[in-house]
Amino acid sequence: MKPIVIIGTGLAGYGLAKELRRLAWQGPLTLITADDGRSYSKPMLSSALAKGKDAITLANADAEKMAVDLDAEIRTHSRVTEIDTDGHRIVVNGESIGYGSLVLASGASPIRLPFKGDGAEEVLSVNNLTDYGLFREKLDRIERVAVIGPGLIGSEFANDMLQVGKKVTLIGPDPWPISTLIPEAAGRAVQMALADAGADWRLGTFNGAIERKSGGFYTALKDGGEVEADLFLSAVGVRPDLTLGQAAGLEVNKGIVADRFLRTSARDVYVLGDVAEVEGRNLPYVAPLLVGAKALARTLAGEETPVVYPHMPVVIKTTLHPIATLPPGPGEEGTWRFDDPGADGGVTGRFYDSSGALAGFVLTGEAAGRRQALVKEMEEAARAA
Amino acid sequence: MKVFRCVVCGFVYEEALGMPEEGIAAGTRWQDIPEDWECPDCGVSKGDFEMEEV
Repeated sequence: MKPIVIIGTGLAGYGLAKELRRLAWQGPLTLITADDGRSYSKPMLSSALAKGKDAITLANADAEKMAVDLDAEIRTHSRVTEIDTDGHRIVVNGESIGYGSLVLASGASPIRLPFKGDGAEEVLSVNNLTDYGLFREKLDRIERVAVIGPGLIGSEFANDMLQVGKKVTLIGPDPWPISTLIPEAAGRAVQMALADAGADWRLGTFNGAIERKSGGFYTALKDGGEVEADLFLSAVGVRPDLTLGQAAGLEVNKGIVADRFLRTSARDVYVLGDVAEVEGRNLPYVAPLLVGAKALARTLAGEETPVVYPHMPVVIKTTLHPIATLPPGPGEEGTWRFDDPGADGGVTGRFYDSSGALAGFVLTGEAAGRRQALVKEMEEAARAA
Repeated sequence: MKVFRCVVCGFVYEEALGMPEEGIAAGTRWQDIPEDWECPDCGVSKGDFEMEEV
């Protein structure tokens, strides 16, 4: 029997494999990864400092253990160079492997802006455990960090670094932190909380060239300001890695295009996780990934199961002032209405669409703990409609 | 009473607090939560939580 071949051993690849074995599917399973195949949770990278963890302790199993636990063949440090969807085979390390079903779970890659300056090539981005190890090696020896990109990832990393006493500056054109996901009132609340903990926010501006200076780095900001730091971290966003999709001749858009069964444009080729664009939506978060993994496992095990997403709030782990939000769709018309702020300055905001229906929310600080109650409000509002 | 943390997303379940909004009364022990319960934040299975020292 030809194996199910999964490319990628992140939360998606390993998550799917676990779900297949939980269903007692017993066929052969092969996973392929370009990295060392350690099992870890990417969301936990941005809270590791505060928890006293590092790149070693963040890994909960190595590839060898995963191979045993999953009863799977795991090929580490391996890249797929060819995908022949008609012939149902891939080429990895010069070897041709046939597949019954192929799952692309290769994730997203950090967007690398074309920075100028002699320090530009030393700007770090962190999107996996290996990157994280390198980041920590540098971080542990220095004091001042400049984060380019005051979005979700940048703010979480800043939050973590502040808690171990690093001096953190965040730079970006955003008018307020995490502005692509949350309204101003919420953004200002988290901005103030991190500022109270020492964060220096340089918003509404861009960094310039990144130059080496006195053992560290320097950039002149477009608004006339300056930032010096021992380390620059780029957190401007990630985008699906379309390399394999293109190699396989699949339909791609922002991500690899898939239907609600996670099927791509090629028969027996599926996608899961950050690389996927499911019915027009790319959702680079854990909750949709796990909904997808459970549905896809059933489909691969013989029972076609569509992905059906419940309301999945995005939880932003800026622990100094956490956020939970169900953002309205991009460009969606509507109005935000806010309750009185909490004693901690936390925000409770509800978004009503143009027909007056509750269509999103944002909760910050202690109010973030009420996210399940807000999800229930939305479900009740939908039933009453 | 013990505290359990989701290894994937960091969501914390405290036995002393329970999750009343999900029908889990305060004081409910981890072992008494149904095995098909999932992390409310990320959907991961109960089996993928670990106990955290408090």
